[in-house]
Amino acid sequence: MTALTPVYWLIGIVFGTAAWRAAFSRDNPKRVTTAAFWSLLAVLFLAGDWLPHALTGALVIALAVIAGFGGVGQSPRDPPDTVRRAASTARLGNRLFLPAAIVPPVVAVGFLLLSQLQRDGAPLFDKQALAIIPLAFAALVGLAVGCRMLRESPRVALQESHGLLDALSWALVLPLVLAVLGAVFTRSGVGDAVAQLVGMAIPTESAFACVVAYAVGMALFTIVMGNAFAAFPVMTAGVALPLLVGRHGAEVGSLVAIGMLSGYCGTLLTPMAANFNIVPAALLELRDQNAVIRMQVATALPLLALNVALMYFIVFR
Amino acid sequence: MNWWPLAGVALVVLGFALRFNPVLVVITSGIATGLIAGIAPLELLALIGESFTKGRYLLVLVLMLPVVGLLERNGLREQAEIFIGRLRQATTTRLLVLYLGLRQITAAIGLHSIAGHAQTVRPLLAPMAEAAATREHGTLEPETREKLLALSAATDNVGLFFGEDIFYAFSAVLLMQAFLADNGIVIDPWRIALWGIPTAVAAFAIHAFRIWWFARRELRPKARP
Repeated sequence: MTALTPVYWLIGIVFGTAAWRAAFSRDNPKRVTTAAFWSLLAVLFLAGDWLPHALTGALVIALAVIAGFGGVGQSPRDPPDTVRRAASTARLGNRLFLPAAIVPPVVAVGFLLLSQLQRDGAPLFDKQALAIIPLAFAALVGLAVGCRMLRESPRVALQESHGLLDALSWALVLPLVLAVLGAVFTRSGVGDAVAQLVGMAIPTESAFACVVAYAVGMALFTIVMGNAFAAFPVMTAGVALPLLVGRHGAEVGSLVAIGMLSGYCGTLLTPMAANFNIVPAALLELRDQNAVIRMQVATALPLLALNVALMYFIVFR
Repeated sequence: MNWWPLAGVALVVLGFALRFNPVLVVITSGIATGLIAGIAPLELLALIGESFTKGRYLLVLVLMLPVVGLLERNGLREQAEIFIGRLRQATTTRLLVLYLGLRQITAAIGLHSIAGHAQTVRPLLAPMAEAAATREHGTLEPETREKLLALSAATDNVGLFFGEDIFYAFSAVLLMQAFLADNGIVIDPWRIALWGIPTAVAAFAIHAFRIWWFARRELRPKARP
């Protein structure tokens, strides 16, 4: 059990109710596999801390197989109730934004409070918990305010969330299976092999070529791994420290800072960064799963070119 | 050097290029890479299970869905239209550029999870951007609408990515500092965070220009045939 376990229970409850609804949705032709998908997710979130890892692994593969072969269907959605919508906009006006708009300030206050908590001089919560717990709490505050203001029950809110879960479908688990892939890649030495390849391709005599190799290498590696944090140690140990710092005398602080941000340009370009690029496309119910990436290309590429120039002029100052 | 693990990368690239379902591509590549690298099957299962269990925080956005669903059922999108309709100064460009700036600044002081695709983009930013575009240019073509929503999500990403690295206590800066320390280079995190600023300014300028250009090029001519 960790500080985040109660958050996982709450998420598990949402999945559990989605499974329950899917199991009784007669109009969904994929009823059985859809219910199995949400049930597996519910189990993994409710009991994940106690299951043996090998069993969890088997369940994850089952989950991925159901999702990957199109087993997650949608239950039919009720048409929007325009009368209800008009009535509540007339009654509440801009107050209707309150339950959503209250989330950012509650997260901010929660973050500032929790980051002050200490036990024996050490912070009580780690960085990850500090990002997650306030957000989970703020979502509950938003829900409570919304239910009270709209005179609705949390049960209705859960039912409404199922429509959004249906829209997300397999995209919801993609960030998680990518985290799995990242772990397997790390254990298998994929990073070392890629670094070796990049190392072979660079003419080490030219400082500019090394700058290009580091910045573009960070972006490319991030595109492959979906995560600049995975690319950073490999590219920095392989290219930046031996060649740019060791051989050409670059200043290390600015070098790694701009190197990491070059990796972020890669994050904007890859479906492997699913929680930033694929999940929002599903959440906004776009037809093209790569629509967000397409909009980011023309920002990411000029920015990467600019990073190369900035790096060249800053690190050798 | 063992090159075989790269087969897993090739599998991912191929799978995405052939447009197989991404979840299927990724899990297949994971299993294949692990087996090729000589990890025992049971150990591989445990590795998959452990990394999944640790990664569950990625789905915290699920907790926002009941609020968002409840509000949309009660006319959140309609209210966004009414609200933006009354604010004559609120153009699509101004709205998105303002959001970009706020997202960068709040991320730069360490508040990265106050906004996001489930928290702010779906319930607030996307409907408001759409309402502003509709008020300015009339009903949008489906492709234009889709691009505008994608641009809203992209604006959140750009703001987050190129703001958070300025915050010296952000994990990326600490990761860089720890990595350098492992390699015998001791450096103050401020000296790393500071050099994130030029790129952050450039990211704001480039993306703000793209938003303005999108409003000028994509929204105008198509909405007025």
